[in-house]
Amino acid sequence: MTTDKPDAQVGLFGRLVASGAHQKLLAFASLVILLLGFSLASPNFMQTSNIIAILQATSVNGVLAVAATLVIITGGIDLSVGTLMTFTAVMTGVVLTNLGLPLPLGIITAIATGAFCGFCSGSFVAKMKIPPFIATLGMMLILKGLSLVISGTRPIYFNDTPGFDQISNGSLIGAFFPSLPIPNGVLILFLVAAAAAYILNRTVLGRYCFALGSNEESVRLSGVNTDWWKIAIYSLAGAIVGIGGLLIASRLNSAQPALGLGYELEAIAAVVIGGTSLSGGRGTILGTLIGALIMAVLINGLRILSVAQEWQTVVTGVIIILAVYADMVRRKKSA
Amino acid sequence: MNDLVRMAGIEKRFPGVHALNNASFDLQPGEVHALMGENGAGKSTLMKILSGVYARDGGAIHVDGNAVDFHGPRAAQDAGVGIIHQELSLMNDLTAAQNIFIGREPRRSFGRLDEAALNRQAAEIFSQMNLDLDTRTPVHQMTIAKQQMVEIAKALSYRSHILVMDEPTAALNDAEISDLFTIIRKLRSEGAGIIYISHKMDELKQIADRVTIMRDGETVGTVPAADTPIADIIKMMVGRSLNDGALELAEYDDTSVALEVNGLSRGHEIRDVSFKVHKGEILGFAGLMGAGRTEVARAVFGADPSDSGTVKVHGQKLDIKSPTDAVAAGIGYLSEDRKHFGLATGMSVRANIAMTNLKQFSSRLGTLDESAMQATAQEYIERLGIRTPSDRQEVRLLSGGNQQKVVIAKWLLRDCDVLIFDEPTRGIDVGAKAEIYKLLIDLAEQGRAIIVISSELPEVLRISHRIAVMCEGRLTGILDRRDATQESIMKLATQTMREQSITQTGAQ
Repeated sequence: MTTDKPDAQVGLFGRLVASGAHQKLLAFASLVILLLGFSLASPNFMQTSNIIAILQATSVNGVLAVAATLVIITGGIDLSVGTLMTFTAVMTGVVLTNLGLPLPLGIITAIATGAFCGFCSGSFVAKMKIPPFIATLGMMLILKGLSLVISGTRPIYFNDTPGFDQISNGSLIGAFFPSLPIPNGVLILFLVAAAAAYILNRTVLGRYCFALGSNEESVRLSGVNTDWWKIAIYSLAGAIVGIGGLLIASRLNSAQPALGLGYELEAIAAVVIGGTSLSGGRGTILGTLIGALIMAVLINGLRILSVAQEWQTVVTGVIIILAVYADMVRRKKSA
Repeated sequence: MNDLVRMAGIEKRFPGVHALNNASFDLQPGEVHALMGENGAGKSTLMKILSGVYARDGGAIHVDGNAVDFHGPRAAQDAGVGIIHQELSLMNDLTAAQNIFIGREPRRSFGRLDEAALNRQAAEIFSQMNLDLDTRTPVHQMTIAKQQMVEIAKALSYRSHILVMDEPTAALNDAEISDLFTIIRKLRSEGAGIIYISHKMDELKQIADRVTIMRDGETVGTVPAADTPIADIIKMMVGRSLNDGALELAEYDDTSVALEVNGLSRGHEIRDVSFKVHKGEILGFAGLMGAGRTEVARAVFGADPSDSGTVKVHGQKLDIKSPTDAVAAGIGYLSEDRKHFGLATGMSVRANIAMTNLKQFSSRLGTLDESAMQATAQEYIERLGIRTPSDRQEVRLLSGGNQQKVVIAKWLLRDCDVLIFDEPTRGIDVGAKAEIYKLLIDLAEQGRAIIVISSELPEVLRISHRIAVMCEGRLTGILDRRDATQESIMKLATQTMREQSITQTGAQ
């Protein structure tokens, strides 16, 4: 049953992919079919500029989804990723625009704020034993409120920080390969995803992610400080959301305090489409990336075909249900 | 004084319960020391204190002659105490090696894992155990027996020389049990001490050197395993003697067939199974784990599909496609896994009893008649002797035996003529078992046809009129209780296995 060949010398990428290959095959096949379908339906779809637009649209949701994947593999859920993203953007605005501090401090603020809020959520879950759904629901509302309070409900612009918009919109790759103007936001998404995949598959933290989602009591009885590790995982997820906050703020060149609600559901949708089990213990970052891409391709393709936005949302909902159903059918067959 | 473990005067109180009252226990090197007692006697609590899961309220513990006070399982593991819990506590999505070294993964810098070292070390432990198992196999792909071996490997990996096994054979078949015993004997010969908790008397005689018996949180006594008659041990456990011979069964009417199954088949799991159960008869189903007994029951009940075969109830041919059809035809199935399939454990006794028959208690508008449900629940609590403070008690707070009675009540209410009991006494202590047997016999005397699936041969022999034996999906024979012995059943239960091993060696 396993696609792993224990003795074969497989490269790092191969190992990361193989750990759940069949799980993602389905999602990947759907992505290919979508791409083929849309490119047949419209000649505009496969244009380089459109592909880059799709990738750009994936970047923020992708980063949030990577964060959500970590928490979901532990058997938890994080409903606060959307408003936390906004909150980290607002805090960055406070540091850069209101206080006028230099750009690196703004970047550190976003990531540190995210990590701290993740630490709080993690503590509510691990120490106060509040179910993750409730703890992060509370966190979601707290952060939404705080974003509005701190910003005075007005957007904070980054016009005084030169180069801030380049974080997401600039293209480092394009500077070297002018024919490939891939925005930095996309590059950052792939770097974040690669790092998260490495952590998940190759480090102690990642191992406990899966172990906690598989059988938490058993991990605890093995003498592992499960509370501490859980808090660490939520903190890491928060830090990744902080990167997402930087990306959205850079793309809009402003921190929009009213934004954020709804992003958490899109992130969770990407995770689920990517084959990660909501009951914990199973999941991959690559799957989540494919899930996020599927959603972006779908929205983009439907827009090119002039399908009304309302209907795009309906289709997304149908895709989520089909994806999870297909995964369950596949799992039943393989069992 | 070279005791491995000496526990004296151990006290433990939980809210409302004096779980351990002046309990004592000792373990010598190179000894298998069995710990017996009814459910709730305090065996598991005592062992959880030894392994650092619970903190004690009083008393002293010495390990290797040193006074110890474990705060948490890690401290106990470091002192060489390993415990294999009753409920398998593995992480299903991780591999064997990852499970064994959880919390102590070989690491490189920056918290990176050294997966190669991990698998190498796990493989070393497996080879010490003479266990042929790939360390990279995810646990959920293994049989229960293999999972048990992984648990043992995990305990050994702590270099434990004191090993606590809490009902390790509950889910194993005879061949697997003998593998386990081989490993236990090997460990014993190397000087380890093993504390063995079990309900099964015959195992005790096979493996244990001494037996300590607990009752109501106290240690009643310690006796040598080989020289003490089982009856004496049971007497110490329950404080009274129990008869374990075959039970008195009323004659049944062999002209009136209640359930007739013909040529039932599905893939490799069920192969051409035919049998009859009569009114007032108890038909036992024996066989090794995986022989297809539960599969037959589930197919008859419509819970799983079948490829071919007919089911007749009272001579009438039925087309059972779902459990709903089966219940309408008067067939009830009491699953082996009460907690998963049989009961809503978070709900009250009353709600559970009424569960499958809500129509009877609801008005045309769908509102429920609580007082009628209460009256019915009360009636069954008395009839079956369910020990519960009230019908509003949550089922999860009852003992295993009483939970089983609630399941039975539920099905009696449906007025089923054919009742299939799958492992009705699993996880139930000796005293409660006797009550369940009496209940089954009463039900048969009332004219119901009863099928009892059980992995415990003595149990099948005690309560069945006839015994159907299965092996690898086939029904290999039906024995009358007068002719049936453990040996004759085992012969039938392993029949096809032997035939096959001649023709296809090495295949599973």
